[in-house]
Amino acid sequence: MSAPTGIAARLPGTRRRTPATGPAGAAAGGPAGDGREASRFLELVGRHAPALALALVFVLPLLVALTTAFMTQNQAGTGSLWPRPWTGGNFGAVFSAIPFGRALWNTVLYAVLSAVGVLLSSVPVAYALARMRWRGRRAAFLVVLATMMIPAQVTSLPLYVLYSDLGWVGSLKPLIVPSFFGDAFSIFLLRQFFLTLPESIFEAARVDGAGELRILTSLVLPMVRPALAAVGLFAFLFAWNDFYNPLLYTGNSTDGQTLAVALTTIARTAHESAYQLQMAASLMFLAPVLVIFALAQRVFIEGVTMTGVKG
Amino acid sequence: MSTGAAVTVAGRPAGGPAGRLAGRSARRRRRGPAHTPWPVVALFVSPFVVGLLLFGLYPIGATVYYSFTDFRSGSYRPVHVVGWANYVDLVTSSDSFWVSVRNTLWMVAVLVPLRTAFALFAAWVLTRLRRGAAIYRTIFFVPSMVPVVASALSFIVMLNPAGPVNGLLGRLGIDGPGWFTDPTWAKPSLVLMALWACGDTVVIFSAAMLDVPRDLLEAAQLDGAGAGRRFWHITLPALRPVLLFSTLTGVIYTFQYFTEAFVASGSANGLNSGNQSLGYPQQSLLFYTTDLYRQGFVYFKTGYASAAAVLLFLVIFAATLVFLRVFGAVAPDPEGRA
Repeated sequence: MSAPTGIAARLPGTRRRTPATGPAGAAAGGPAGDGREASRFLELVGRHAPALALALVFVLPLLVALTTAFMTQNQAGTGSLWPRPWTGGNFGAVFSAIPFGRALWNTVLYAVLSAVGVLLSSVPVAYALARMRWRGRRAAFLVVLATMMIPAQVTSLPLYVLYSDLGWVGSLKPLIVPSFFGDAFSIFLLRQFFLTLPESIFEAARVDGAGELRILTSLVLPMVRPALAAVGLFAFLFAWNDFYNPLLYTGNSTDGQTLAVALTTIARTAHESAYQLQMAASLMFLAPVLVIFALAQRVFIEGVTMTGVKG
Repeated sequence: MSTGAAVTVAGRPAGGPAGRLAGRSARRRRRGPAHTPWPVVALFVSPFVVGLLLFGLYPIGATVYYSFTDFRSGSYRPVHVVGWANYVDLVTSSDSFWVSVRNTLWMVAVLVPLRTAFALFAAWVLTRLRRGAAIYRTIFFVPSMVPVVASALSFIVMLNPAGPVNGLLGRLGIDGPGWFTDPTWAKPSLVLMALWACGDTVVIFSAAMLDVPRDLLEAAQLDGAGAGRRFWHITLPALRPVLLFSTLTGVIYTFQYFTEAFVASGSANGLNSGNQSLGYPQQSLLFYTTDLYRQGFVYFKTGYASAAAVLLFLVIFAATLVFLRVFGAVAPDPEGRA
């Protein structure tokens, strides 16, 4: 990842400020005097010091969370940064402090089923918006974009009434069912991916007499697997991290409580300062997210860039 | 707004725009099938249409209707239409409303610019690296992946009055504040947390910085422009679209700011957590949506909360329009370059 400024710095203009800095290649190959070495080292430090400082700032809260999770109750939340003694008991204690196991299962159900629902319902809509010709298609796409802007607060009061009339409040249904009816953000992303496919394959398939459903399932979907993975992962993570909807619709019922909500009840149920339990629970809550990120890092960074740069 | 747009679905003629939209080739118009049959299109888009009606248009309409009634969900009292009474109550007789408005505006005015500036700085630091940029980028990005609840709890631990940060400050001879337990410092603590989680914006900014025309920067450098002036006159203008987009989404997000404050208020004060602690300490974290949640889902004053929701919607809508008016279009490109 070579930056414009990095490249510019190798040009003659820079030499005025850092006279000894040669082309980057010279660092590896050419013999260099001590002065050159020293000043190249200084420049390296100058570039890396702010990055290193920022990295420390970004890592520190996670480190504090990690070490606190292994501390005893007496030590957690004090100024000390290192557990003395180490204890692994907090991770087990979380399961008795709150219904962690049940909440974990609920969260898995919510995240997996809503990812499935989002994919099943959004793929055909995105396909129709990207690859079919029909009157009003452009306007329909603008409607999809517009629905992304509706604040949750504007729909949640009537939806709460609706769900409680249906007897759904307290169960996972209010969280999962809506995802089977298309998600605007996912439709938008999938449409962008579908548009990148060459038109010729669609023409060929249509000439051969394939129907639209056939084209979608046996031609398009195998080609856009990375896009499906990205959209599915985003939907999974949204549900995993979601706090507002579970708080409203499954709130205090143990049957439907998800981890995001359950974690916030530790302070209340533990009856005393429970930083070590909060951190142990947070780490277990966070771990799957980090594992997914580690496995699919490119998907995320490209996905974020794509959605942001679209602007 | 979706209502207005939905009307045009049927009315808008499908001419050139639709063709341009589909592919960059004009070939398609000549050779491709004229139109997909309506039943097929209807079948494919039906999930979204049903979802829009059930989970979008119906609730929005109902919220507007509720806002003119004394409806209390869960109560069997007959519902009366009360006209503008809820709106009048909101702005005149409610003290918590104006507290929440002030807190929310404070957050929009402080958090959004600071977050943008900090993300810009971090992105600039990234682009200056020749080696290791990918590793740093990952480190910067990871916090933005952390679930808000987990990061809020971590910050409560880290910033608790006797905690690690105040310990470090103490060693420097600084008497650290009470952070989440101090009304003056609670909002700044949330700002710190938001800065920590700005990695997604950093990635967007640094990708955009790599697109800044190199020859422009080089030419400016040859002309003797320093790093600061090159940044101000070349890099920054080139970043305008992503800056505007991230500022707009930041403003919209901050108007709806909820989870961070809910968790901070509920978990920073130990025993007295949950709905009783909304806004703790001393209403300093009582944001617009916090008050809306309390009115609608704790007191079940559905009509009253609906009026607050309608106002929020209008404010966000107006803010978006003004923003687009002043700064030009920043919405995602509907022509769909991929």
